Amino acid sequence: MKKDKRIRIITGHYGSGKTEFAVNYTFKLAEQGCKTAIVDLDIVNPYFRSRQIEPEFEKKGIRVIASSVRGLAGDVPALSPEIYTVLEDKSYQTVIDVGGDKVGARALGRYHDKIEQDDYDMFFVLNANRPLTSDKENAIRYLKSIEQASRQKVTALVNNTHLCGETKIEDILKGQELCLQVSEELGLPIRYTVVHKSLINYLPDNIYGEIFPIDIYMKKPWEM
Amino acid sequence: MAKELWKGNEAIAEAAIRAGCRFFFGYPITPQNEIPEYMSLRLPQVGGCFLQAESEVAAINMVYGAAGAGARVMTSSSSPGISLKQEGISYIAGAELPCVIVNIVRGGPGLGGIQPAQSDYFQATKGGGHGDYHLVVLAPDSIQEAVNLVQEAFDIADQYRNPVMILGDGMIGQMMEPVEFGEIKKRELPEKTWATTGLRGRKEHNVINSLFIDPAVCEKHNQKIFTKYAEIEKNEVKVEEYNLEGAEIVFAAYGTVARIVKNAIKALEKDGIKAGLIRPITLWPFPKANFFKAADMPGVKAFLTVEMSMGQMVEDVELSVKGKKPVYFYGRTGGMVPTPREIVEEAKKILGGAR
Repeated sequence: MKKDKRIRIITGHYGSGKTEFAVNYTFKLAEQGCKTAIVDLDIVNPYFRSRQIEPEFEKKGIRVIASSVRGLAGDVPALSPEIYTVLEDKSYQTVIDVGGDKVGARALGRYHDKIEQDDYDMFFVLNANRPLTSDKENAIRYLKSIEQASRQKVTALVNNTHLCGETKIEDILKGQELCLQVSEELGLPIRYTVVHKSLINYLPDNIYGEIFPIDIYMKKPWEM
Repeated sequence: MAKELWKGNEAIAEAAIRAGCRFFFGYPITPQNEIPEYMSLRLPQVGGCFLQAESEVAAINMVYGAAGAGARVMTSSSSPGISLKQEGISYIAGAELPCVIVNIVRGGPGLGGIQPAQSDYFQATKGGGHGDYHLVVLAPDSIQEAVNLVQEAFDIADQYRNPVMILGDGMIGQMMEPVEFGEIKKRELPEKTWATTGLRGRKEHNVINSLFIDPAVCEKHNQKIFTKYAEIEKNEVKVEEYNLEGAEIVFAAYGTVARIVKNAIKALEKDGIKAGLIRPITLWPFPKANFFKAADMPGVKAFLTVEMSMGQMVEDVELSVKGKKPVYFYGRTGGMVPTPREIVEEAKKILGGAR
């Protein structure tokens, strides 16, 4: 993780599991002793946003930047001026959780001139079980439209193929197959393969990228 | 077919398309926006028509028009938008037209907030618009059930020539769950001989209307649609009974709250308290008989209705129990979601008193 660039931008189709990945990634960075900030740039999605676990982040000393309008339940597309701080202050390791699709990625576009070319990684999170990104053509179409709206280039792929609590190893391998096809076409590396901690011992050896074990933080009310 | 991961709103839209819905008229509002968004992408691919109307009032009247012409048509909105549609819904019910209306409920009253709520129960089940009429109201507790019910909703609407509402709290629209789109069990449906599709050699015009100037004719029309409602009450009740055997306390809850209640029931079980749940899937027609029967079960001491409202369905539970056992209420509102722990404590409090 420390090999990734200072600013980690997490993008993808909505429902790909971007936020779950971004949240886990942020906690891991903080555990490694980094001065960490997470920017919740999701102005599209009204529920299941990283800002809803702000207290947990703050307990770990992680700086959370969400809307400039306080109160987590709003759908006001207001971005905080604090975002500039963590983009410019190089003492911060910054994770940006971007809203889904090109609509969500547009919010990132305005920071185009504040993000230096060699200072960021942009991950495209892919879930092959999401019907609109389940084949190569559609996955690439989403990836390109996000690049266009955000005015940033994707630097790596993240395989996050899951089915919530019903995920099997075959799902992860199916996602890997899709990621390989996209990788081959676009010349992008597969940086991480995301897997729930409970499945980690069942993974075969032929996994591409670093294995990224996660916990579930974005819980439904009956999962608490 | 293998399971895929769907967001509730998208899945509802896709289910409608698979059920033959080819027309969608709507206006954006959180937390249901993915329905029109998905429809705008998918309907042109299947030769359908998506139209973002200038307002909810326009949208529901476009639904009226398309339904009158015999099309399978849907609209969706969230609470304040559904309020705006009420006049049109009453007209559609009055003119006996089939259509599907989705309400992904948010906190109210007024503009309220965008978090999940169930405070539109009265509006959905007791009219909402003016006049004597009913919608068939279906309340899924999961994305899979939403998919199944949306597909059946179009058949119910066509069978009885009546609008059907899918009532989902915001969580149903926004969460992601594994879904399998299976084969739809299709009903045998009457031909739409009443639709305004041209004379085609017939002598009599078909007229779609809800205006009855002559009071005797208007009364007759009311009686006619209520004969139909009696049929619906007889045929279309859907309900889940969970863990009722030996229950000391019976919960009533619908939609995602029922899933939270199930967790509370498991927690109570660990503390040696047997609790059950009656989950209405159709909110109208309401599963009155299930509650009436449960009230006669010897072990049952009380009913506890849990809702994301200040207490709406609880009135139907009381009417069904007919005073045979006490009926209590616990609710959170404005977008707050009850937790299993709160529900467990409430149940213990009630049983402490009832013992």
